[in-house]
Amino acid sequence: MFSLENLTHIIDHALNNTFNATIAMLIEMVIVGICAITLFAVLGLVLVFMERKVSAYMQIRLGPNRVGYKGLAQTAADTLKLVIKEGFTPDNADKFLFNLAPFLVMIIAMMLLAPIAFTKGLQMWDLNIGVLYLSAVSSVSVIGILMAGWASNNKYSLIGAMRSGAQIVSYELSAGLAVLTMIVFTGSLQISTIIASQQDGWWIFKGHIPAIISFVIFIIAVTAETNRAPFDMAEAESELTAGFHTEYSGMRFALFFLAEYVNIFIVCAIAATIYFGGWMPFHISHSIPFADLFNKGMDFIPGVLWFTGKTFALIFLIMWFRWTFPRLRIDQLLNLEWKYLLPIGMFNLLLATAIAILGWYF
Amino acid sequence: MFLVDYIKTVYNGVTSLLKGMRMTGYYFTHHKEIITQQYPDVKQVLPERFRGEVVMTHDEKNEHRCTGCTACELACPNATIKIVTKFDITPDGKKKKALDTFVYHLELCTMCNLCIVACPTDAIKMAQSFEHSVYDRSLLTKVLNKPGSKLMEGVE
Repeated sequence: MFSLENLTHIIDHALNNTFNATIAMLIEMVIVGICAITLFAVLGLVLVFMERKVSAYMQIRLGPNRVGYKGLAQTAADTLKLVIKEGFTPDNADKFLFNLAPFLVMIIAMMLLAPIAFTKGLQMWDLNIGVLYLSAVSSVSVIGILMAGWASNNKYSLIGAMRSGAQIVSYELSAGLAVLTMIVFTGSLQISTIIASQQDGWWIFKGHIPAIISFVIFIIAVTAETNRAPFDMAEAESELTAGFHTEYSGMRFALFFLAEYVNIFIVCAIAATIYFGGWMPFHISHSIPFADLFNKGMDFIPGVLWFTGKTFALIFLIMWFRWTFPRLRIDQLLNLEWKYLLPIGMFNLLLATAIAILGWYF
Repeated sequence: MFLVDYIKTVYNGVTSLLKGMRMTGYYFTHHKEIITQQYPDVKQVLPERFRGEVVMTHDEKNEHRCTGCTACELACPNATIKIVTKFDITPDGKKKKALDTFVYHLELCTMCNLCIVACPTDAIKMAQSFEHSVYDRSLLTKVLNKPGSKLMEGVE
């Protein structure tokens, strides 16, 4: 199977032979950091362009089509514009927190990238509580949003931030329960073990009914957690101008914008890992005839392609939500969580546990 | 009964959401018809009565139909039109009031059409041009009668 394990091992050995262990570790960290920042920049450009094109096609428009071939350079031009723009700080804002907030949001998005496996052997940190780490760190990003809203000294920003806080705190529960449902099947919180457990079929197929219910709950909850429509209460344009980033401009606004898209990528990567096997190719159970031949054929497609393909399919799904559904009111939003998603999630967890104990999954 | 209602609500909610997604999914996959106008490339055919700006009609001999009666200036609700008149000497030695400059402030005009209605000789009309943006506001103050133009024969 195609793997980048050899490449990473060669680099690791070369560095360890040349320098002592500490310096080699530091150099590796720098390399990984540069890779992560590059990935972020590329993701920002690609996802913003994708969002604009998807929205255009769904609304029977053309979308960006002027800058570059078929508008491909549009997001690069937008970035250039944002870099040149003045980064404005309001007079009575809390300047320290105001300037810190976008970086905090960005750093949390970067931290979330650590346990995600891009392909076999291409994973920054395979810690044994990977899924717990992801759900714990992702809820910290609300602090960045609250900080931005509070420091702006603007009522729109503050209301947007408070809404965002209420929303993220509520939907964390559902997302956590949905993930927990799958942990019942996988029996491990480690990302690499979760992926390895899907060697003979992805959990969405193996776990059948509870897995599908859990997937639906998870995708709804993460849409709310990333503050995207139909749950974009935090920046409801018609009510709050731009919510928590009303007062931001230039590159600091761009960081919020980038963090939103990177967060979408990360939650979709988590969903792809837990439900669709991450970089694991589409394998079928060995009990089916010719399964080995089929599985070998699927292995020819590299894991990176599988991973990005699954992730981008899920990102497309979330974009599809955004350009189809109208925004919920704040009380409807909390009703949906506390009256529907949470009870269904709890029931689903019970169902999954029963199925796991009885061994009724494939 | 509560449970049945609850499940029914969830079912109805999910199916209506899926219906919406099928609609947008159809648009996404059937990308042929575009409802937006490709404006600078393809210019729209404007309706006949579209009001873009006031113009004065001139014929090929550079003659207009404006007698300088100032009916349009009086009809204008926000002083968009300013008419400067002069006195021509007719061949039989009489002084006759005539148009000197027809000043039109496009930046003030609301396209209400009252001047066109007020004009007794149909000298002015509404044009369909709408691309009026300029870098200097003074460029929006226009003189409608062309230089060297004179009153058409027979128009009183």
